[in-house]
Amino acid sequence: MSAPYPDAMNAIQVENLSKSYGDVRALDGVSFAVPAGTTLGLLGGNGAGKTTTIAMLLGLLVPTSGQITVLGHDMAKDRFEALARMNFSSPYVALPSRLTVRENMRVYGHLYNVAKLDQRIAVLARELDLGEILDRPAGQLSAGQKTRVALAKALINRPELLLLDEPTASLDPDTGDLVRSWLEQYRAESGCTILLASHNMAEVERLCSDVVMLKKGRVVDRGSPDQLLARYGRHDLEAVFLDIARDRRQASDT
Amino acid sequence: MRSMFRRIWGLMYRHLALYRRSWPRLLELAYWPVLNMCIWGFTSSFLRARMGNPAVMAGATLLGGVLLWEVTLRSQMGMSISFLEEMWSRNLGHVFVSPLRPFEMVLALVGMSIIRMLLGTMPAILLAWAFYAFNLFTLGPVLVLFFMNLMIMGWAVALGVVSLILRHGAGAEPLAWGLLFGLAPFSAVFYPVSVLPTYIRPIAYALPTTHVFEGMRGALLHGEIRWDHLAAAFALNIVWLGGAALLFARQFHRARVSGALISIGE
Repeated sequence: MSAPYPDAMNAIQVENLSKSYGDVRALDGVSFAVPAGTTLGLLGGNGAGKTTTIAMLLGLLVPTSGQITVLGHDMAKDRFEALARMNFSSPYVALPSRLTVRENMRVYGHLYNVAKLDQRIAVLARELDLGEILDRPAGQLSAGQKTRVALAKALINRPELLLLDEPTASLDPDTGDLVRSWLEQYRAESGCTILLASHNMAEVERLCSDVVMLKKGRVVDRGSPDQLLARYGRHDLEAVFLDIARDRRQASDT
Repeated sequence: MRSMFRRIWGLMYRHLALYRRSWPRLLELAYWPVLNMCIWGFTSSFLRARMGNPAVMAGATLLGGVLLWEVTLRSQMGMSISFLEEMWSRNLGHVFVSPLRPFEMVLALVGMSIIRMLLGTMPAILLAWAFYAFNLFTLGPVLVLFFMNLMIMGWAVALGVVSLILRHGAGAEPLAWGLLFGLAPFSAVFYPVSVLPTYIRPIAYALPTTHVFEGMRGALLHGEIRWDHLAAAFALNIVWLGGAALLFARQFHRARVSGALISIGE
Protein backbone atom coordinates (compact mmCIF):
# COMPACT_ATOMS: atom_id res chain seq x y z
CA MET A 1 0.00 0.00 0.00
CA SER A 2 1.44 3.43 -0.91
CA ALA A 3 1.57 6.52 1.27
CA PRO A 4 -1.74 7.60 2.81
CA TYR A 5 -3.44 10.59 1.23
CA PRO A 6 -3.63 13.86 3.15
CA ASP A 7 -7.35 13.70 3.83
CA ALA A 8 -7.34 10.25 5.36
CA MET A 9 -11.09 10.30 5.82
CA ASN A 10 -12.27 10.37 2.22
CA ALA A 11 -10.97 8.27 -0.64
CA ILE A 12 -13.24 10.18 -3.01
CA GLN A 13 -14.40 13.76 -2.63
CA VAL A 14 -16.73 15.12 -5.29
CA GLU A 15 -17.83 18.73 -5.04
CA ASN A 16 -20.54 20.39 -7.08
CA LEU A 17 -19.78 18.26 -10.14
CA SER A 18 -21.56 19.14 -13.38
CA LYS A 19 -21.26 17.92 -16.94
CA SER A 20 -23.05 19.38 -19.94
CA TYR A 21 -23.08 18.30 -23.56
CA GLY A 22 -24.32 21.40 -25.33
CA ASP A 23 -27.77 22.03 -23.86
CA VAL A 24 -28.00 18.59 -22.28
CA ARG A 25 -27.03 18.54 -18.62
CA ALA A 26 -25.85 15.02 -17.83
CA LEU A 27 -24.76 15.83 -14.29
CA ASP A 28 -25.93 18.78 -12.24
CA GLY A 29 -24.15 19.88 -9.07
CA VAL A 30 -23.40 16.43 -7.68
CA SER A 31 -21.50 16.28 -4.40
CA PHE A 32 -20.61 13.27 -2.31
CA ALA A 33 -17.71 11.79 -0.42
CA VAL A 34 -16.66 8.20 0.06
CA PRO A 35 -14.85 7.54 3.35
CA ALA A 36 -11.77 5.36 3.00
CA GLY A 37 -12.42 1.67 3.45
CA THR A 38 -16.15 1.87 2.80
CA THR A 39 -18.28 0.80 -0.15
CA LEU A 40 -20.57 3.32 -1.79
CA GLY A 41 -23.36 2.28 -4.10
CA LEU A 42 -24.21 4.61 -6.95
CA LEU A 43 -27.81 3.94 -7.93
CA GLY A 44 -30.05 5.40 -10.56
CA GLY A 45 -31.96 4.52 -13.68
CA ASN A 46 -30.55 4.58 -17.17
CA GLY A 47 -29.32 8.09 -17.95
CA ALA A 48 -29.20 9.09 -14.29
CA GLY A 49 -25.51 9.98 -14.52
CA LYS A 50 -23.77 6.94 -12.99
CA THR A 51 -21.50 6.21 -15.96
CA THR A 52 -20.76 9.91 -16.38
CA THR A 53 -19.75 10.14 -12.74
CA ILE A 54 -17.52 7.08 -12.95
CA ALA A 55 -15.94 8.31 -16.19
CA MET A 56 -15.05 11.59 -14.49
CA LEU A 57 -13.66 9.79 -11.44
CA LEU A 58 -11.42 7.85 -13.83
CA GLY A 59 -10.30 10.95 -15.71
CA LEU A 60 -11.91 9.75 -18.96
CA LEU A 61 -14.21 12.74 -18.96
CA VAL A 62 -13.49 16.35 -18.04
CA PRO A 63 -16.17 17.96 -15.84
CA THR A 64 -17.83 21.15 -17.01
CA SER A 65 -17.48 22.42 -13.45
CA GLY A 66 -16.78 21.10 -10.00
CA GLN A 67 -13.88 19.34 -8.39
CA ILE A 68 -12.88 15.71 -7.92
CA THR A 69 -10.29 14.57 -5.42
CA VAL A 70 -9.33 10.91 -5.51
CA LEU A 71 -6.95 9.41 -2.94
CA GLY A 72 -5.81 12.93 -2.14
CA HIS A 73 -5.11 13.87 -5.77
CA ASP A 74 -6.90 16.58 -7.68
CA MET A 75 -8.05 14.74 -10.81
CA ALA A 76 -7.78 17.92 -12.88
CA LYS A 77 -4.09 18.25 -12.10
CA ASP A 78 -2.47 14.93 -11.28
CA ARG A 79 -4.85 12.17 -12.24
CA PHE A 80 -2.11 9.70 -13.15
CA GLU A 81 -0.90 9.59 -9.53
CA ALA A 82 -4.39 8.54 -8.49
CA LEU A 83 -4.90 6.16 -11.42
CA ALA A 84 -1.83 4.16 -10.40
CA ARG A 85 -3.48 3.43 -7.04
CA MET A 86 -6.97 2.62 -8.27
CA ASN A 87 -8.55 0.30 -10.80
CA PHE A 88 -11.75 -0.24 -12.69
CA SER A 89 -13.89 -3.06 -13.95
CA SER A 90 -16.89 -3.06 -16.23
CA PRO A 91 -18.48 -5.75 -18.38
CA TYR A 92 -18.86 -3.10 -21.07
CA VAL A 93 -15.12 -2.60 -21.54
CA ALA A 94 -13.39 -5.64 -22.98
CA LEU A 95 -9.92 -7.04 -22.66
CA PRO A 96 -8.09 -7.96 -25.89
CA SER A 97 -9.88 -11.14 -26.90
CA ARG A 98 -7.01 -12.80 -28.77
CA LEU A 99 -4.60 -12.50 -25.88
CA THR A 100 -4.65 -15.24 -23.29
CA VAL A 101 -5.75 -14.45 -19.76
CA ARG A 102 -2.14 -14.61 -18.60
CA GLU A 103 -1.00 -12.25 -21.37
CA ASN A 104 -3.76 -9.81 -20.46
CA MET A 105 -2.67 -9.95 -16.84
CA ARG A 106 0.91 -9.32 -17.89
CA VAL A 107 -0.08 -6.31 -20.03
CA TYR A 108 -1.93 -4.68 -17.15
CA GLY A 109 0.72 -5.72 -14.65
CA HIS A 110 3.26 -3.77 -16.70
CA LEU A 111 0.91 -0.79 -17.16
CA TYR A 112 0.38 -0.63 -13.39
CA ASN A 113 4.07 -1.36 -12.66
CA VAL A 114 3.23 -4.36 -10.48
CA ALA A 115 6.20 -5.81 -8.63
CA LYS A 116 6.75 -9.58 -8.78
CA LEU A 117 4.16 -9.83 -11.50
CA ASP A 118 4.24 -13.59 -12.02
CA GLN A 119 3.64 -14.15 -8.32
CA ARG A 120 0.76 -11.68 -8.34
CA ILE A 121 -0.82 -13.43 -11.33
CA ALA A 122 -0.45 -16.77 -9.56
CA VAL A 123 -2.14 -15.41 -6.42
CA LEU A 124 -5.04 -13.94 -8.39
CA ALA A 125 -5.39 -17.13 -10.42
CA ARG A 126 -5.69 -19.11 -7.21
CA GLU A 127 -8.07 -16.70 -5.47
CA LEU A 128 -10.32 -16.18 -8.46
CA ASP A 129 -10.10 -19.75 -9.69
CA LEU A 130 -8.46 -18.86 -13.01
CA GLY A 131 -5.88 -21.65 -13.05
CA GLU A 132 -7.49 -23.66 -15.85
CA ILE A 133 -8.13 -20.71 -18.11
CA LEU A 134 -4.89 -18.76 -17.68
CA ASP A 135 -3.58 -19.82 -21.08
CA ARG A 136 -6.84 -19.59 -22.97
CA PRO A 137 -7.67 -16.57 -25.17
CA ALA A 138 -9.91 -14.13 -23.31
CA GLY A 139 -12.36 -14.13 -26.20
CA GLN A 140 -13.13 -17.83 -25.74
CA LEU A 141 -14.32 -17.53 -22.15
CA SER A 142 -17.85 -17.72 -20.78
CA ALA A 143 -19.50 -14.61 -19.32
CA GLY A 144 -18.73 -15.78 -15.80
CA GLN A 145 -15.10 -16.47 -16.62
CA LYS A 146 -14.75 -13.10 -18.35
CA THR A 147 -16.11 -11.39 -15.24
CA ARG A 148 -13.58 -13.17 -13.05
CA VAL A 149 -10.78 -12.21 -15.44
CA ALA A 150 -11.98 -8.58 -15.49
CA LEU A 151 -11.94 -8.65 -11.70
CA ALA A 152 -8.44 -10.10 -11.69
CA LYS A 153 -7.33 -7.30 -13.99
CA ALA A 154 -8.96 -4.78 -11.63
CA LEU A 155 -7.12 -6.28 -8.65
CA ILE A 156 -3.73 -6.70 -10.36
CA ASN A 157 -2.26 -3.57 -8.74
CA ARG A 158 -3.81 -4.15 -5.29
CA PRO A 159 -5.92 -1.00 -5.71
CA GLU A 160 -6.78 1.22 -2.80
CA LEU A 161 -9.87 2.30 -4.69
CA LEU A 162 -11.94 0.07 -6.92
CA LEU A 163 -14.55 1.46 -9.30
CA LEU A 164 -17.00 -1.19 -10.43
CA ASP A 165 -19.62 -0.60 -13.07
CA GLU A 166 -22.26 -3.35 -12.83
CA PRO A 167 -19.69 -6.02 -11.94
CA THR A 168 -22.21 -8.87 -11.90
CA ALA A 169 -24.33 -7.91 -14.91
CA SER A 170 -25.31 -10.94 -17.00
CA LEU A 171 -23.95 -13.44 -14.47
CA ASP A 172 -25.90 -16.40 -13.14
CA PRO A 173 -26.83 -16.16 -9.43
CA ASP A 174 -24.09 -18.58 -8.38
CA THR A 175 -21.28 -16.72 -10.17
CA GLY A 176 -22.71 -13.39 -9.08
CA ASP A 177 -22.61 -14.55 -5.48
CA LEU A 178 -19.02 -15.72 -5.85
CA VAL A 179 -17.97 -12.35 -7.25
CA ARG A 180 -19.66 -10.54 -4.38
CA SER A 181 -17.90 -12.83 -1.89
CA TRP A 182 -14.53 -12.11 -3.51
CA LEU A 183 -15.18 -8.39 -3.32
CA GLU A 184 -16.10 -8.66 0.36
CA GLN A 185 -12.98 -10.71 1.02
CA TYR A 186 -10.70 -8.27 -0.83
CA ARG A 187 -12.20 -5.29 0.98
CA ALA A 188 -11.77 -6.99 4.36
CA GLU A 189 -8.17 -7.95 3.65
CA SER A 190 -7.00 -4.75 1.98
CA GLY A 191 -9.14 -2.00 3.45
CA CYS A 192 -9.92 -0.96 -0.11
CA THR A 193 -12.58 1.62 -0.88
CA ILE A 194 -15.17 0.53 -3.43
CA LEU A 195 -17.54 2.58 -5.54
CA LEU A 196 -20.16 0.35 -7.09
CA ALA A 197 -22.67 1.26 -9.78
CA SER A 198 -25.25 -1.45 -10.05
CA HIS A 199 -28.84 -2.22 -10.95
CA ASN A 200 -28.81 -5.23 -8.66
CA MET A 201 -30.41 -3.94 -5.47
CA ALA A 202 -29.68 -7.09 -3.48
CA GLU A 203 -26.02 -6.67 -4.37
CA VAL A 204 -26.06 -3.06 -3.21
CA GLU A 205 -27.76 -4.00 0.07
CA ARG A 206 -25.17 -6.68 0.68
CA LEU A 207 -22.02 -4.78 -0.24
CA CYS A 208 -22.66 -1.10 0.34
CA SER A 209 -22.48 0.80 3.59
CA ASP A 210 -23.74 3.92 1.89
CA VAL A 211 -25.88 4.64 -1.17
CA VAL A 212 -26.17 7.71 -3.39
CA MET A 213 -29.36 7.83 -5.45
CA LEU A 214 -29.03 9.70 -8.73
CA LYS A 215 -31.83 10.88 -10.96
CA LYS A 216 -31.54 13.04 -14.05
CA GLY A 217 -27.99 13.98 -13.11
CA ARG A 218 -28.75 15.02 -9.54
CA VAL A 219 -28.36 13.42 -6.15
CA VAL A 220 -31.91 12.86 -4.94
CA ASP A 221 -31.16 10.93 -1.78
CA ARG A 222 -28.37 9.40 0.20
CA GLY A 223 -27.93 7.15 3.19
CA SER A 224 -27.16 3.65 4.31
CA PRO A 225 -29.42 0.93 2.90
CA ASP A 226 -31.16 0.68 6.31
CA GLN A 227 -31.67 4.44 6.48
CA LEU A 228 -33.19 4.50 2.99
CA LEU A 229 -35.49 1.57 3.75
CA ALA A 230 -36.70 3.29 6.91
CA ARG A 231 -37.07 6.64 5.20
CA TYR A 232 -39.25 5.26 2.42
CA GLY A 233 -41.00 2.68 4.59
CA ARG A 234 -39.95 -0.16 2.32
CA HIS A 235 -38.52 -3.64 2.83
CA ASP A 236 -36.03 -3.69 0.02
CA LEU A 237 -33.98 -1.22 -2.00
CA GLU A 238 -35.73 -2.16 -5.22
CA ALA A 239 -38.94 -0.67 -3.89
CA VAL A 240 -37.06 2.45 -2.81
CA PHE A 241 -35.46 2.64 -6.27
CA LEU A 242 -38.87 2.41 -7.94
CA ASP A 243 -40.36 5.03 -5.61
CA ILE A 244 -37.62 7.45 -6.59
CA ALA A 245 -37.57 6.54 -10.28
CA ARG A 246 -41.33 6.94 -10.64
CA ASP A 247 -41.80 9.86 -8.27
CA ARG A 248 -44.35 7.75 -6.43
CA ARG A 249 -43.62 8.89 -2.98
CA GLN A 250 -41.40 11.24 -1.04
CA ALA A 251 -39.06 10.13 1.69
CA SER A 252 -40.60 10.73 5.10
CA ASP A 253 -37.94 13.21 6.15
CA THR A 254 -37.51 15.13 2.93
CA MET B 1 11.70 6.51 -15.34
CA ARG B 2 11.74 2.73 -15.00
CA SER B 3 7.99 2.62 -14.48
CA MET B 4 7.53 4.77 -17.60
CA PHE B 5 9.49 2.31 -19.74
CA ARG B 6 7.56 -0.54 -18.16
CA ARG B 7 4.23 1.04 -19.09
CA ILE B 8 5.46 1.59 -22.66
CA TRP B 9 6.66 -2.01 -22.80
CA GLY B 10 3.29 -3.16 -21.42
CA LEU B 11 1.42 -1.73 -24.38
CA MET B 12 4.02 -3.03 -26.84
CA TYR B 13 3.86 -6.47 -25.25
CA ARG B 14 0.11 -6.48 -25.88
CA HIS B 15 0.75 -6.20 -29.63
CA LEU B 16 3.83 -8.41 -29.77
CA ALA B 17 1.95 -11.21 -28.00
CA LEU B 18 -0.49 -11.22 -30.91
CA TYR B 19 2.26 -11.54 -33.51
CA ARG B 20 4.00 -14.27 -31.57
CA ARG B 21 1.14 -16.65 -32.17
CA SER B 22 -0.24 -15.53 -35.51
CA TRP B 23 1.75 -16.26 -38.68
CA PRO B 24 -0.95 -14.66 -40.90
CA ARG B 25 -0.37 -11.39 -39.06
CA LEU B 26 3.37 -11.65 -39.69
CA LEU B 27 2.77 -12.58 -43.31
CA GLU B 28 0.46 -9.61 -43.78
CA LEU B 29 3.20 -7.23 -42.65
CA ALA B 30 5.53 -8.27 -45.48
CA TYR B 31 2.93 -9.18 -48.09
CA TRP B 32 2.34 -5.78 -49.76
CA PRO B 33 5.97 -4.58 -49.69
CA VAL B 34 7.11 -7.87 -51.28
CA LEU B 35 4.29 -7.76 -53.84
CA ASN B 36 5.17 -4.18 -54.70
CA MET B 37 8.81 -5.10 -55.06
CA CYS B 38 7.93 -7.98 -57.42
CA ILE B 39 5.89 -5.69 -59.69
CA TRP B 40 8.42 -2.87 -59.81
CA GLY B 41 11.36 -5.27 -59.91
CA PHE B 42 10.03 -6.95 -63.03
CA THR B 43 9.18 -3.55 -64.50
CA SER B 44 12.75 -2.33 -64.04
CA SER B 45 14.09 -5.64 -65.45
CA PHE B 46 11.91 -5.16 -68.51
CA LEU B 47 13.08 -1.57 -68.98
CA ARG B 48 16.70 -2.65 -68.62
CA ALA B 49 16.24 -5.39 -71.23
CA ARG B 50 14.55 -3.04 -73.71
CA MET B 51 16.53 0.14 -73.20
CA GLY B 52 19.90 -1.11 -72.09
CA ASN B 53 22.28 0.85 -69.88
CA PRO B 54 20.34 4.13 -69.59
CA ALA B 55 17.55 2.24 -67.89
CA VAL B 56 19.81 0.69 -65.27
CA MET B 57 20.01 3.82 -63.14
CA ALA B 58 16.38 4.64 -63.79
CA GLY B 59 15.50 1.17 -62.55
CA ALA B 60 17.68 1.65 -59.49
CA THR B 61 16.00 4.93 -58.55
CA LEU B 62 12.64 3.30 -59.15
CA LEU B 63 13.38 0.40 -56.82
CA GLY B 64 14.98 2.74 -54.28
CA GLY B 65 11.83 4.85 -54.39
CA VAL B 66 9.61 1.80 -53.92
CA LEU B 67 11.59 0.57 -50.91
CA LEU B 68 11.97 3.92 -49.20
CA TRP B 69 8.32 4.79 -49.75
CA GLU B 70 7.44 1.52 -48.03
CA VAL B 71 9.46 2.71 -45.04
CA THR B 72 7.23 5.78 -44.71
CA LEU B 73 4.05 3.86 -45.41
CA ARG B 74 4.78 0.97 -43.03
CA SER B 75 5.85 3.41 -40.29
CA GLN B 76 2.59 5.31 -40.65
CA MET B 77 0.41 2.23 -40.86
CA GLY B 78 2.32 0.47 -38.09
CA MET B 79 1.42 3.27 -35.72
CA SER B 80 -2.14 4.02 -36.74
CA ILE B 81 -3.19 0.38 -37.10
CA SER B 82 -1.76 -0.47 -33.69
CA PHE B 83 -4.02 2.27 -32.30
CA LEU B 84 -6.96 0.93 -34.30
CA GLU B 85 -6.36 -2.55 -32.90
CA GLU B 86 -6.80 -1.13 -29.41
CA MET B 87 -10.02 0.47 -30.57
CA TRP B 88 -11.34 -2.64 -32.32
CA SER B 89 -10.73 -4.77 -29.23
CA ARG B 90 -12.67 -2.21 -27.14
CA ASN B 91 -9.66 -2.06 -24.86
CA LEU B 92 -9.06 1.69 -24.93
CA GLY B 93 -11.37 2.19 -21.94
CA HIS B 94 -8.93 0.15 -19.83
CA VAL B 95 -5.81 1.67 -21.39
CA PHE B 96 -6.93 5.27 -20.86
CA VAL B 97 -7.80 4.71 -17.19
CA SER B 98 -4.46 3.06 -16.47
CA PRO B 99 -1.45 5.19 -15.41
CA LEU B 100 -0.21 5.14 -19.02
CA ARG B 101 0.26 8.77 -20.09
CA PRO B 102 -0.87 9.75 -23.60
CA PHE B 103 2.73 10.47 -24.64
CA GLU B 104 3.73 7.03 -23.37
CA MET B 105 1.00 5.51 -25.50
CA VAL B 106 2.41 7.39 -28.49
CA LEU B 107 5.92 6.11 -27.71
CA ALA B 108 4.60 2.55 -27.49
CA LEU B 109 2.91 3.01 -30.87
CA VAL B 110 6.20 4.38 -32.26
CA GLY B 111 7.97 1.28 -30.94
CA MET B 112 5.43 -0.97 -32.63
CA SER B 113 5.72 1.09 -35.80
CA ILE B 114 9.50 0.50 -35.94
CA ILE B 115 9.09 -3.24 -35.42
CA ARG B 116 6.28 -3.53 -37.97
CA MET B 117 8.19 -1.42 -40.50
CA LEU B 118 11.34 -3.53 -40.19
CA LEU B 119 9.40 -6.81 -40.43
CA GLY B 120 7.52 -5.44 -43.44
CA THR B 121 10.30 -3.89 -45.48
CA MET B 122 13.29 -6.16 -44.78
CA PRO B 123 11.95 -9.05 -46.91
CA ALA B 124 11.35 -6.62 -49.79
CA ILE B 125 14.86 -5.16 -49.42
CA LEU B 126 16.34 -8.66 -49.49
CA LEU B 127 14.17 -9.58 -52.46
CA ALA B 128 15.43 -6.54 -54.39
CA TRP B 129 19.00 -7.54 -53.65
CA ALA B 130 18.55 -11.24 -54.45
CA PHE B 131 16.43 -11.04 -57.59
CA TYR B 132 16.81 -7.56 -59.07
CA ALA B 133 20.45 -6.83 -58.25
CA PHE B 134 19.49 -3.75 -56.29
CA ASN B 135 21.25 -3.37 -52.95
CA LEU B 136 19.73 -0.50 -50.98
CA PHE B 137 22.61 -0.66 -48.54
CA THR B 138 25.02 0.61 -51.20
CA LEU B 139 23.68 4.03 -50.26
CA GLY B 140 25.92 3.69 -47.21
CA PRO B 141 25.45 5.06 -43.69
CA VAL B 142 23.33 7.93 -45.01
CA LEU B 143 20.61 5.33 -45.46
CA VAL B 144 20.08 5.42 -41.70
CA LEU B 145 19.35 9.16 -41.92
CA PHE B 146 16.97 8.55 -44.83
CA PHE B 147 15.16 5.88 -42.81
CA MET B 148 14.92 8.16 -39.77
CA ASN B 149 13.36 10.98 -41.73
CA LEU B 150 10.90 8.74 -43.52
CA MET B 151 9.84 7.08 -40.27
CA ILE B 152 9.36 10.42 -38.53
CA MET B 153 7.22 11.63 -41.41
CA GLY B 154 5.17 8.41 -41.17
CA TRP B 155 4.66 8.97 -37.44
CA ALA B 156 3.57 12.56 -37.98
CA VAL B 157 0.91 11.45 -40.47
CA ALA B 158 -0.10 8.58 -38.17
CA LEU B 159 -0.55 10.98 -35.26
CA GLY B 160 -2.74 13.07 -37.53
CA VAL B 161 -4.80 9.97 -38.36
CA VAL B 162 -5.14 9.01 -34.69
CA SER B 163 -6.20 12.59 -33.92
CA LEU B 164 -8.88 12.42 -36.59
CA ILE B 165 -10.11 9.10 -35.21
CA LEU B 166 -10.31 10.65 -31.74
CA ARG B 167 -12.30 13.51 -33.25
CA HIS B 168 -14.53 11.62 -35.70
CA GLY B 169 -14.51 8.07 -34.36
CA ALA B 170 -14.68 4.97 -36.54
CA GLY B 171 -15.65 7.07 -39.58
CA ALA B 172 -12.05 8.22 -39.87
CA GLU B 173 -10.64 4.67 -39.90
CA PRO B 174 -10.07 4.46 -43.70
CA LEU B 175 -7.60 7.34 -43.41
CA ALA B 176 -5.21 4.94 -41.71
CA TRP B 177 -4.76 3.22 -45.07
CA GLY B 178 -5.22 6.03 -47.55
CA LEU B 179 -4.06 9.36 -46.16
CA LEU B 180 -0.35 8.99 -46.86
CA PHE B 181 -0.96 8.02 -50.49
CA GLY B 182 -2.32 11.53 -50.99
CA LEU B 183 1.18 12.86 -50.33
CA ALA B 184 2.93 10.45 -52.69
CA PRO B 185 2.50 12.51 -55.90
CA PHE B 186 4.08 15.52 -54.18
CA SER B 187 6.86 13.56 -52.51
CA ALA B 188 8.71 12.95 -55.78
CA VAL B 189 9.09 9.29 -54.96
CA PHE B 190 9.74 8.07 -58.51
CA TYR B 191 10.63 11.31 -60.31
CA PRO B 192 12.54 14.49 -59.46
CA VAL B 193 10.75 17.59 -58.23
CA SER B 194 11.74 19.32 -61.47
CA VAL B 195 9.13 17.18 -63.23
CA LEU B 196 6.35 18.77 -61.20
CA PRO B 197 4.66 21.97 -62.39
CA THR B 198 6.28 25.06 -60.90
CA TYR B 199 3.26 25.98 -58.79
CA ILE B 200 3.23 22.55 -57.13
CA ARG B 201 6.91 22.56 -56.19
CA PRO B 202 6.48 24.63 -52.99
CA ILE B 203 4.06 21.95 -51.75
CA ALA B 204 6.58 19.26 -52.63
CA TYR B 205 9.41 21.05 -50.85
CA ALA B 206 7.28 21.41 -47.72
CA LEU B 207 7.29 17.62 -47.36
CA PRO B 208 10.27 15.98 -45.61
CA THR B 209 9.83 12.93 -47.83
CA THR B 210 10.57 14.97 -50.97
CA HIS B 211 13.99 15.92 -49.64
CA VAL B 212 14.77 12.31 -48.78
CA PHE B 213 13.88 11.11 -52.27
CA GLU B 214 15.85 13.93 -53.88
CA GLY B 215 18.74 12.95 -51.63
CA MET B 216 18.35 9.30 -52.61
CA ARG B 217 18.53 10.17 -56.30
CA GLY B 218 21.59 12.33 -55.65
CA ALA B 219 23.31 9.39 -53.97
CA LEU B 220 22.29 6.80 -56.55
CA LEU B 221 22.77 8.85 -59.73
CA HIS B 222 25.68 11.09 -58.80
CA GLY B 223 27.21 9.40 -55.79
CA GLU B 224 26.85 12.55 -53.70
CA ILE B 225 25.27 13.09 -50.33
CA ARG B 226 22.95 16.08 -50.41
CA TRP B 227 23.32 17.37 -46.88
CA ASP B 228 21.16 20.35 -47.76
CA HIS B 229 18.23 18.06 -48.50
CA LEU B 230 18.86 16.00 -45.37
CA ALA B 231 18.98 19.13 -43.22
CA ALA B 232 15.74 20.35 -44.80
CA ALA B 233 14.12 16.95 -44.19
CA PHE B 234 15.06 17.02 -40.49
CA ALA B 235 13.92 20.62 -40.07
CA LEU B 236 10.60 19.97 -41.78
CA ASN B 237 10.10 16.81 -39.76
CA ILE B 238 10.45 18.81 -36.56
CA VAL B 239 7.67 21.09 -37.80
CA TRP B 240 5.46 18.20 -39.01
CA LEU B 241 5.92 16.09 -35.91
CA GLY B 242 5.50 19.08 -33.61
CA GLY B 243 2.31 20.06 -35.40
CA ALA B 244 0.99 16.50 -35.27
CA ALA B 245 1.82 16.21 -31.56
CA LEU B 246 -0.04 19.44 -30.84
CA LEU B 247 -3.02 18.22 -32.87
CA PHE B 248 -3.01 14.90 -30.99
CA ALA B 249 -2.81 16.62 -27.59
CA ARG B 250 -5.65 18.93 -28.55
CA GLN B 251 -7.88 16.16 -29.91
CA PHE B 252 -7.15 13.94 -26.92
CA HIS B 253 -8.25 16.73 -24.59
CA ARG B 254 -11.32 17.43 -26.72
CA ALA B 255 -12.20 13.73 -26.62
CA ARG B 256 -12.04 13.89 -22.80
CA VAL B 257 -14.32 16.91 -22.86
CA SER B 258 -16.82 15.54 -25.38
CA GLY B 259 -16.94 12.05 -23.91
CA ALA B 260 -15.58 10.48 -27.11
CA LEU B 261 -13.09 8.38 -25.12
CA ILE B 262 -15.99 6.54 -23.48
CA SER B 263 -17.64 5.51 -26.70
CA ILE B 264 -14.68 5.29 -29.08
CA GLY B 265 -14.81 2.14 -31.17
CA GLU B 266 -18.51 1.55 -30.65
